[in-house]
Amino acid sequence: MTATATPTGHTGATKTMTMVAAINDALDIALAADDAVHIFGEDVGVMGGVFRATDGLQARYGEERVFDTPLAEAAIVGMGIGMGLAGLKPVAEIQFAGFLYPALDQILSHLGRYRHRTRSRYHLPMVIRAPYGGGVHTPEQHADSPEAILAHTPGVKVVIPSTPADAKGLLLSAINDPDPVFFFEAIKLYRSVKEDVPTGDYRVPIGKARMVTEGDDVTVICYGGMVEVAQKAAAAAAQVGIGVEVIDLRTLVPMDTDTVIASVAKTGRAVIVTEAPRTAGFHSEIAAVIAEEAIEHLRAPIVRVTGFDAPYPPFTAVEDVYRPNPLRVAKAIRQVMDY
Amino acid sequence: MVQCLAPDGSVVREDLLPDPETRLELYRQMRRARHFDERGWVLYRQGRLGVFPPFGGMEASQVGTAAALTKNDWLFPTYRDTGAALTLGLPIARTLAYWRTSPHGWHMPADLKVLPFYIPIATQYPQAVGAALAERRQGTRNVAMAFIGDGGSSEGDFHEALNFAGALNAPCVFILQNNGWAISVPTRTQTRATDLSRRADGYGIPGVRVDGNDALATYHVTREAVERARNGGGPTLIETVTYRVKPHTVADDPSRYRSEADTAGWDAKDPVTRLRTHLLNAGLMTEASEADLLAEIAAEFEAALAEADSYPEPTPAEILDHVFAEPTPQLKKQRAEILAEHAAPNQKEQA
Ligand SMILES: Cc1ncc(C[n+]2csc(CCOP(=O)(O)OP(=O)(O)O)c2C)c(N)n1
Repeated sequence: MTATATPTGHTGATKTMTMVAAINDALDIALAADDAVHIFGEDVGVMGGVFRATDGLQARYGEERVFDTPLAEAAIVGMGIGMGLAGLKPVAEIQFAGFLYPALDQILSHLGRYRHRTRSRYHLPMVIRAPYGGGVHTPEQHADSPEAILAHTPGVKVVIPSTPADAKGLLLSAINDPDPVFFFEAIKLYRSVKEDVPTGDYRVPIGKARMVTEGDDVTVICYGGMVEVAQKAAAAAAQVGIGVEVIDLRTLVPMDTDTVIASVAKTGRAVIVTEAPRTAGFHSEIAAVIAEEAIEHLRAPIVRVTGFDAPYPPFTAVEDVYRPNPLRVAKAIRQVMDY
Repeated sequence: MVQCLAPDGSVVREDLLPDPETRLELYRQMRRARHFDERGWVLYRQGRLGVFPPFGGMEASQVGTAAALTKNDWLFPTYRDTGAALTLGLPIARTLAYWRTSPHGWHMPADLKVLPFYIPIATQYPQAVGAALAERRQGTRNVAMAFIGDGGSSEGDFHEALNFAGALNAPCVFILQNNGWAISVPTRTQTRATDLSRRADGYGIPGVRVDGNDALATYHVTREAVERARNGGGPTLIETVTYRVKPHTVADDPSRYRSEADTAGWDAKDPVTRLRTHLLNAGLMTEASEADLLAEIAAEFEAALAEADSYPEPTPAEILDHVFAEPTPQLKKQRAEILAEHAAPNQKEQA
């Protein structure tokens, strides 16, 4: 197993953490390192966030640097834009990605455009964190995967980690990035995995994919909550002798096309997995890139495994039908093998 | 702040008392709502209801307001307004189904203009303005009522809706339930304003502040607002001052953000007890007639629960239903995929 990206700042010491603890650790380090960093959003202060990602930070850094805002997403993002223009490093939380829509005007009209529309006189070192995705039986609208909307917005980077160590290293990179970064966190992963996470200010670079497993037969491209699903399918495929290369994109914008293309050139087969609706999702972008740059290597049509063109169902009894599971990914792997 | 009954149940505004029948009906509806809330907790613990936001302590704020509507009027409730929806006539079985995460909770009765509980905050407010205008364009005297919380009144949609409703003279009644909290955020952190009814001033519409734990008062002011709207007098904003005694949802732990002392004192303002004391003192109800009422309500609930239990579980392909009037070719293909996958359930184990 090789990591395409080389982490920086790693001291060698590690600590076992869940993803939410790793995110909390990254925010703690960022607040301690730079007075300009400010954290705000709904319930992030006293309560420490509905998922506890900001737990204890207000007590440690005070109410000026970690604060609860009134309930208004457009104002949270708009205010953050102003703070960023004026020299602070805003780290805003949108409580659930499905509730970022009131802020879309600020995001689509402004967040990504400042550097461009002021010829770099101003820039926006802002991070917006938002829990996203399904698999945990939430009510209506709490399980949306709107990453494609953000990825389609020029000037905004989009990062989606799938492990605790990546979450920490990528979040620190995002906070220190001079441009706006949207940081999606898969709710399903917050507490379901624990791993050794490097202590200290540890960075994972934005724009580098992670090779999760190596294999010669099929490339499976995924990110966030779908990585563990793809890993299970790859393990099942390995049992019947199919070598699957699972690539965790980590970053949608910018996308590490080199890693994807090199892998598809090797395997000749591509399966793309996301939990967003099928039509016009980021999976379609990945498929287009492969078609443009590696079509001569393809031995089978590209297959997308995705959610469906319906709102994410809040019906506990059948929720899991919507979200891709290892079986659906395994079927897609067989399909490209049997073509 | 408008008040009819003091917290101890004594009458402070004789002139505002609705007729005896209405007072009894308000009590009955509050009891139905409370019964739902109390049984809901038990059902949740038994795994027979999903996560739901309790509203115990806010019955007067929801029942007194919704009771001022007729079945021809519109109701736009938030997730916390089960009590309001039940009062207007949403069947208990459907309401249980909704909080059970069943699509049967989305099948709205044809004789009611009530929308499924709104989960995103504040989006219902501009929609109520539209429904109200549509009624007027179609020559009816029907009105639209929308609910929001103190937290929700910080959202842009709230302000845009109030402004539109005023500018367009829409027959709307806006209920702002100020229950003290938006999850962990107390109203004083939410806004520097201390009298949210005065937000109406900025939009040139009447604003009323009412004791939200006094069902007779909430009914009185809402009825006035509904009548004004029906008669072409335009919208009203009503702030019901109440308290969220219970956690934000059944899964929330309020000890992380508020102390027992914050909540102490609100039990003494309990809206159900307040009206009960009044009805007993006024001789409109006896302990015996109340016992009959409670037995009737319990029986109604159990029958509804049995009905909800009889609703079939959704089938896998149902998640794609009702996206368009005519499914797109893409949806048809996706439905076939779901049917193919779920036709062979044993394959699941192999993955
Ligand atoms: C647009 C949007 N943002 C955030 C949320 C998450 N959320 C659910 S309830 C809530 C607090 C609402 O408080 P309030 O409006 O006072 O109503 P209450 O819950 O007290 O009835 C929040 C922030 C949401 N549902 N919708």
